[in-house]
Amino acid sequence: MSRFEDTAGSSTPDIERAIIEADIACVGFGPAMGGFLTTLNRAWIENPADPMFESKVAPGLPLQVICYERADDMAAGVSGVVTTARGIRASFPDLNAADIPMAAPVKSERILYLLDPIGASRRPLALRVGDRLLRGLSAHLGVRDYAYELPWAPEFLHKTGGLVMSIGQFNQWVSAQIMASGLVQIWPAMPVSQPLFAENSDRTGDQVVGIRLADQGVDKHGESQNGFVAGMDVRASLTVVGDGPFGAIGRVIDERMGMPSGHDKREWALGMKFVIGLPAETTLEAGTVWHTFGYPEPEIFGFLYVHPERLASVGIFVPSWLSDPSRTVYRYLQHFIQHPALWRHLKSGTLRSWGAKSLDESGQHGEPFLVGDGYARIGEGSGSTNMLAGSGVDEAWSTGVQLAESVIELLRSRRGFTKENLAETYQKRRRASWVERNARSAMNARNGFHLGFIPGLIGMALAGMTGGTVSLGAKIPPAHKQIKKRRIESRKELKRREAAMVAVEDGRSLHDAMMSARGWPEIEFDGKLLVSQQDALLMGGKVQAMPGYADHVIFRDAGLCIHCDDKTCIAMCSGQALTLASEGIPVFEREKCVHCGACLWNCGRTTAEGLTNIEFRAGAGGLHSAEN
Amino acid sequence: MPLHIVVCAGIVPDPLQTLEPITGPNGPALKNEMMLPGVLDPWAASALYEAANLVAKNPGSKLWLVSLGPKAKLQQVMMTIAQKVSFELVAVDSPSGGFADAQATAVALADAISAIPGLDRTRLLLFGGWESASRGAGVTLQIIGERLGITDQFMGVDQVEVREDGSFEVLERVEGGKHQVSACEGAPAVLGWATGNLPEPRNNPQIGMANMRTVLPALQKARQVSLAEAGLEYLSAGLPSQQRQTRVVKDMAPEAIALELAQWIGAE
Repeated sequence: MSRFEDTAGSSTPDIERAIIEADIACVGFGPAMGGFLTTLNRAWIENPADPMFESKVAPGLPLQVICYERADDMAAGVSGVVTTARGIRASFPDLNAADIPMAAPVKSERILYLLDPIGASRRPLALRVGDRLLRGLSAHLGVRDYAYELPWAPEFLHKTGGLVMSIGQFNQWVSAQIMASGLVQIWPAMPVSQPLFAENSDRTGDQVVGIRLADQGVDKHGESQNGFVAGMDVRASLTVVGDGPFGAIGRVIDERMGMPSGHDKREWALGMKFVIGLPAETTLEAGTVWHTFGYPEPEIFGFLYVHPERLASVGIFVPSWLSDPSRTVYRYLQHFIQHPALWRHLKSGTLRSWGAKSLDESGQHGEPFLVGDGYARIGEGSGSTNMLAGSGVDEAWSTGVQLAESVIELLRSRRGFTKENLAETYQKRRRASWVERNARSAMNARNGFHLGFIPGLIGMALAGMTGGTVSLGAKIPPAHKQIKKRRIESRKELKRREAAMVAVEDGRSLHDAMMSARGWPEIEFDGKLLVSQQDALLMGGKVQAMPGYADHVIFRDAGLCIHCDDKTCIAMCSGQALTLASEGIPVFEREKCVHCGACLWNCGRTTAEGLTNIEFRAGAGGLHSAEN
Repeated sequence: MPLHIVVCAGIVPDPLQTLEPITGPNGPALKNEMMLPGVLDPWAASALYEAANLVAKNPGSKLWLVSLGPKAKLQQVMMTIAQKVSFELVAVDSPSGGFADAQATAVALADAISAIPGLDRTRLLLFGGWESASRGAGVTLQIIGERLGITDQFMGVDQVEVREDGSFEVLERVEGGKHQVSACEGAPAVLGWATGNLPEPRNNPQIGMANMRTVLPALQKARQVSLAEAGLEYLSAGLPSQQRQTRVVKDMAPEAIALELAQWIGAE
């Protein structure tokens, strides 16, 4: 046992904690960590006797590499994607999609502009005029089922040669291969609460020396109970941070180190999707890819990816720049799948599972310091996502590969994992790579959406066709300021509000009721594909939260919540884990949280210190869905 | 008194997943079973936690976990289980899935147990699950016991009190929510566990890392067996049915909720 006190924001600094010594400690297992560990593992397998792979903490043994993942399984609770798989194929040149469950080569791609068949969508005047033109000329333009297929799509949107995949299945496939060698241990169901910083009285060092695992045997407030087990300290000469866009370790490091000048994570989206068992008579082939825009709201982009065995991932992305506080994504998703263009194929299908995840849409604007003394950042949380192509998995994988190559180079040359050495290797590799080039050309591609939907489309087209040389400029406010306050001065809005309040009295949530009051039809549940959100939580995986962990969603100041009229956090909560108590304070139920992270960027109130009023800490559990 | 406890525990698809029976080339199966996350069968997991508790209480005791399943799945599940209690793994690699024949499974497991070096059969307590969360013929454990020549068998066990002389008292579930109390002179014995009384242990990374020293080698040298049983014919296989009726009700008194639940259960 040992005492290790210099931790960032530790609430329990004086507890005696056990210590594990490792060479490399990894946080979060996703595509980026998959790329890192696959590359490192292969190099070791090729020459396990190479002295460079000898552990410094356990002489005579190979490198001690340990990875901790919050989810209860490598396959749990992640998402279906379409990816160009450029980096993934580079790692697996003989990759056969059939080896990975739910994976299929991309066979066809369509981009559909969806008209509003209901009339409830918040469409600007210009779009309404355009819609009317399309409807008028539908016979000539081939508008069918209220959908107009773009006759041509720019190259940057194509995923030709790519793969439709379930990231859950892909992670499982990758992790099994990594662990089989015995070099790497990947431990699921083990949240990491914070990074460990080297002791330094004047804070001049900021060296990361490992990680601390979450305490167990505590109540919801983190107070110890019977069976208390202090989270262990894992000390390592290199900490690889791949905990995603809102991971606790990445955020603590950002708070301590700050962000590079001009960088900030201000743009987000919540992706929510259904995995649907398609009807037996479906004509949709595996590898079919649809991208949609225009419905259920103009700002909401959608997708349909068809996997083998008559499975499809169908979902939407609700961005932070959808200014309406009624961002009830589950309800929007139900309207989306019922759009005639999709419903034609999905009707009579069966909901097999459901999932949600926040995406960091800041792209390179949100890139933190990639390296520091004793640590390196990879994956989505490191700003690798290409916001123009809407592509992140392959980029994340590639950043992991780049770091592994750099680590091998440093091991070979017997150099330490200092900021300078990591910058000379990993950061240099990354800056010279296609990931960087694409991220750069995409970094301002979506600025236009802060000026409106149509300027947004124009901005994307300009950036895409000029490689990012030309783009629209925009001042992007912090995510919490992108939520517009409700204006209820107009008689129409007052009437809506009154109708909604009646529905709320009847047990409905405010935002759901507001959507109904705005003209969105009620969802007619069929118990099969259209089910209540609570039922969706119980389908195809369910939500689990192991007892003995503290709540990971914290309201810093209850007073701020009481005076918040919008409570957008509740509207956006994917699992309905946030509900409204009678005092006006949201209540968090850990057992229903899917760890989508949406509450983090949908809190409209800030504390005196400038922090949003919701804190999202490391937590255990989440969705147990493997088909995501 | 030192005990030698062997826990037989199968890998099953996480019962939280949507399980869909299909008819495969070798009989009934579960759709996409290999895609679904695997878990240690929850009933057998209770047996493992109880066994670890007994081993801790009886110095000098040893605990083996014997598990049969596809190696990749075993590896995946062990990364979770190995964090909870200390054990030595005996892995049997089999492409089993769906509803494997209990006799063939029992033969493979009994052979694996017989081959455990250092196992003292006079001290042997054979643990397992009384039932299975996702599938189970309900006889596998008993057949293993028979093949090992163990005649003292207890099913639906919720508690075992081992005395200093090695004899023990067992609480078995019987009808009417009651327990039958039995006394046994001592090992060897078979105990098919119900839920027991112990909570799921916390994840302990140190235990996990210590277990890895034996888990990975055990997986690497796992013996391959085939459970194909010529002439076996399945008449039917089923899954527990799920029923769900969701209703959103505000401000309902707990008594009223309890009353409605009781009425609903009574009506079923």
